[in-house]
Amino acid sequence: MNKYLIEKIIFWIFRIMAFLVVGILFWILAFIAAEGMQVISWEFIFSMPKEGMTQGGIFPAIVGTICLMIGSMLFAFPIGVMSAIYLNEFLLPGKLKTFINLMTDNLAGIPSIVFGLFGMALFVNKLHFGDSILAGSLTLGLFVLPIIIRTTETALKSIDDTYRHASYAMGASKLYTIKNVVIPMAMPNIITGLILGMGRVSGETAPILFTVAAYFLPQLPDSIYDQVMALPYHLYVLATSGTDIESSRPMAYGTALVLIFIVLICNLTANFIRSIKN
Amino acid sequence: MLKKYIEKAQIIILAASSMITTITIFLIVIFLFTYGLEFFSNSAVEKGFDIAVHSSNPVSKLSPTQVQQIFDQEFISWNAVGGSNDSLEILHMEDLAIHYTEEQIGLEFEHMGTCISDYLSNHPNAITIIPKANIDPSFHGKIIQVSNLQLKDIFTTSKWFPTSKPVALFGILPMILGTLLVSFGAIILALPLGIATAIYMAEIMKPSWRKFIKPTIELLAGIPSVVFGFFGLVVIVPIIKDVFQLEVGETALAGSVILAIMALPTIITITEDALKNVPNAVREASLSLGASKWQTILHVVIPFAKNGINTATVLGIGRAIGETMAVLMVTGNSAIIPHSFLQPVRTIPATIAAELGEVSFGGTHFQALFALGCILFLFSMSITLYVNYISRPKHKI
Repeated sequence: MNKYLIEKIIFWIFRIMAFLVVGILFWILAFIAAEGMQVISWEFIFSMPKEGMTQGGIFPAIVGTICLMIGSMLFAFPIGVMSAIYLNEFLLPGKLKTFINLMTDNLAGIPSIVFGLFGMALFVNKLHFGDSILAGSLTLGLFVLPIIIRTTETALKSIDDTYRHASYAMGASKLYTIKNVVIPMAMPNIITGLILGMGRVSGETAPILFTVAAYFLPQLPDSIYDQVMALPYHLYVLATSGTDIESSRPMAYGTALVLIFIVLICNLTANFIRSIKN
Repeated sequence: MLKKYIEKAQIIILAASSMITTITIFLIVIFLFTYGLEFFSNSAVEKGFDIAVHSSNPVSKLSPTQVQQIFDQEFISWNAVGGSNDSLEILHMEDLAIHYTEEQIGLEFEHMGTCISDYLSNHPNAITIIPKANIDPSFHGKIIQVSNLQLKDIFTTSKWFPTSKPVALFGILPMILGTLLVSFGAIILALPLGIATAIYMAEIMKPSWRKFIKPTIELLAGIPSVVFGFFGLVVIVPIIKDVFQLEVGETALAGSVILAIMALPTIITITEDALKNVPNAVREASLSLGASKWQTILHVVIPFAKNGINTATVLGIGRAIGETMAVLMVTGNSAIIPHSFLQPVRTIPATIAAELGEVSFGGTHFQALFALGCILFLFSMSITLYVNYISRPKHKI
């Protein structure tokens, strides 16, 4: 058989497979959107769950998730950025750098449920934070730390050395150069990391299962030592263990749609910032 | 002068931040392994209880599995556990009231030890559970030594009954096999699809189309696992139930399908990066020798990007094995050794997620879940080390 004919056939198979992958994504999105749109309303977003979570809204879960997104970033963002600055600007290649990089990769690879175990053992029990926003935020913060470090490092690496040298040549110190030349230039990409990290945090369930998430708590948190409901855990509860699974299905579709919406907004914003920069 | 110290302090703070990941890993290791290894210092018998027999019974040692089998009445005779040929008699504590009056036992069960002791001396083939507090010097029976939980036991026992009484069984074999089965299925589904998509994106597709597909794939990576789980539960599970005419659709196959979708973005992005890194000169050399585009891809580009594709596969497997929520929602969670893809299974992460909420802090069951966490941790670490090893710089040409 003609080798170009074979090529044509194989390329068509590949094309079909690629569009199958894209098709699966759109299937999931379209399905959740179509079912979820029917329940989304102002009332759904801004009211408390009622009647064994089959009526009412998901306001406390939205607030809880926002608390966790902010809380985890307050912890992970500064540490991640500082860590990346040290790794990229100060630490010379060598055994220590290899080791720290390996540990960061390692942390990134640990399954999320192991973070749940760890957070429960350290923050909830050893440090006596209890099931609280604080414990959940710290656990999620450690979970996204590698993402922040890696994106910041990439952002710093993309700044050409000539800028640094120009600054040194004018007598600026290394720290001054980093603060006033490197960071401002890398800022859009560093912010991208922050937003991607927030998107990631908003959807994670396993790390918060035993550190903060409440099954049903129709009130807003007063302090960082309070438990909160969270969207991903709420979706899990509605889908698998609600009091009346059939009649809470519409609530579950709505919750899934809100969750996807938050994640998509984060990803699209990150892409947008990246595209204006380039 | 002061300025110099401030600068120094700032650099020290930066250096300290960069240590956080390393410190976290060390803390995770310490916590996981302290609790996980404490598991093996436990007796399998329920806390505060002992197993007792008649003092003349030749049996003096039993394994947790044997005790469980005895109390489940799987054995008729003592010879099954190395004793005489006499038949086994089990005295359940709640049956004590049949043999003794309320006054004999005592209102607060304070004479329970005496009653059990009396029962054992009259029934030479009996076996019973006795609260440790009720064993006094006048006790006539013999306390059976039940061996501690051992590493080889948890890997060879096929039963996971963490709350059963009088002995709990912690066989993790069903979970290990369940995890491997689901992940294996996922990778079989995802690998051809993922690699084909990556090749199509990197080598064949028009750049204008690529601009559309690449962000879409990244979007797929961003969808939370619990949403995949929910989608699987309401869409994939019913489909599997109908197609294979099953009673329940929550099966290993449902888990594999969902995990395959979730592993796709990882496989595609890494493979595509690897293909994009192949220098154009290599492609052009092959094309100029008269090879077709496909021949070039198959014989030149793919072998060149072998390490990247390898990394993508391994990371895809890692993603599948560690995934918790989606699997928990669609696989049916029954801790039995699976024989086919159409059976409910339970994975290691799903077990931790499902059971940790119900255990008491520091108990044997709690420690068992940490031991499972240790297995996951060791597994993810091996994957990271392996990926680092195959992608280390000197392998690049």
